[in-house]
Amino acid sequence: MGEAVAEPANAPAAVRHMEEVMGTVFSFDVRGGEPEAVGAALREAVAGLQRADRRFSTYRDDSQLSRLARGELTVEDCDPEVAEVLELGAEAERASEGWFSLRYQGRLDPTGIVKGWAAERAARRIAAAGASGVSVNGGGDVQLLGSPEAHRAWRVGVSDPLRTGGLAAVISAAGAEELAVATSGTAERGAHIVDPRTGRSAVTDLVSVTVVAPRLTWADCWATAAFAMGSREGLAWLQALPEVEALLITAGDEVRCTDGLAGRLG
Amino acid sequence: MRKNHPVRRAVLAGAATVSGIVLLLSLKPASGPASASAAGAAPQQTAAAQPSAAAQESPQGGSGAQRTGTRTVTGDAARTQYGAVQVRLTVSDGKIVKAEAVQAPKGGLSDQKTAMAVPKLNQEAVAAQSADIDAVSGATYTSGGYLKSLQSALDQVHG
Repeated sequence: MGEAVAEPANAPAAVRHMEEVMGTVFSFDVRGGEPEAVGAALREAVAGLQRADRRFSTYRDDSQLSRLARGELTVEDCDPEVAEVLELGAEAERASEGWFSLRYQGRLDPTGIVKGWAAERAARRIAAAGASGVSVNGGGDVQLLGSPEAHRAWRVGVSDPLRTGGLAAVISAAGAEELAVATSGTAERGAHIVDPRTGRSAVTDLVSVTVVAPRLTWADCWATAAFAMGSREGLAWLQALPEVEALLITAGDEVRCTDGLAGRLG
Repeated sequence: MRKNHPVRRAVLAGAATVSGIVLLLSLKPASGPASASAAGAAPQQTAAAQPSAAAQESPQGGSGAQRTGTRTVTGDAARTQYGAVQVRLTVSDGKIVKAEAVQAPKGGLSDQKTAMAVPKLNQEAVAAQSADIDAVSGATYTSGGYLKSLQSALDQVHG
């Protein structure tokens, strides 16, 4: 075991890393495991993010996604992870009745799912190498696995959208081997989301939706979809999803929660 | 839960602007996040900009020493609509124990705003820290926005 000399025996060694990729910054917090194996997995995870960024970028004309969108490539021509993401995105479209969409202005654009999916995959890759706790924060969407210390659970602050620098809540991963916390807010894709009933830009009364669920891939999609639905429909929809809790904040500073959220507050 | 504090918004409407900017911009690192990716990249450590105010020791040492002892982190001066603001955080054993304004706007309305903002800043910085959180979830920040994010502050405190 690679115990760090200065750490108490019950506190696994911590490795932190920040990586600028996908137009944001990913923050890694990795605990325990054999240092060489975990370090190698962290490097692989980062390389995986960079590859995904190159493949899925809608800003690069030569990315596989851009070429696919122009019809120059088929899905079969692309790396297998392109098909994987498009299938997951199609599942999110169905589950959200079109509120989550793989298209923007008619063009193929899986941006809404790529980052959460990539962050979750990165976290799992590191955990598989033997880390006892992994936290990967992809630009504000967090995947947690294991725990940071023997008798302490991961804790994630939820930014207060109406009070910069403040926290609206703290979510604890106590009792969960895996937990994700994803937030969709006005600064993100509000105007990009089309109301499937009207075909026009969605109108929402929300300033943020935070979704707590085991997997970041879904938490991220559900937050995006519920944000577009607005507080009433969004809350009702989230409430009906299994293993999903949520915190919605309206422009009028009202806070609405799913029934089970209280059990996740730290 | 904040439901229990219905009055807070109105009282802090003005103060939040300043305190938010102060807290977050104050932790802007000297270099970009990419170059900060090496393990233990240290934020600016100074022995305090104003010697007379240097109440806390700021032991130097490698990044490995950051989680023990007390150190201060002095942010860059941030321009706000009310004037220049600069903040110094005191970090002890990885926790923010004190936040103080090194520079704050003076005069007229600015004084009133500062009077509200600075105590609030102390509360907020300590509250976020005493919440003992490992990560922060919020609307997606850009690479530039990361520098102003609470997550960035956490990453720096833990070095």
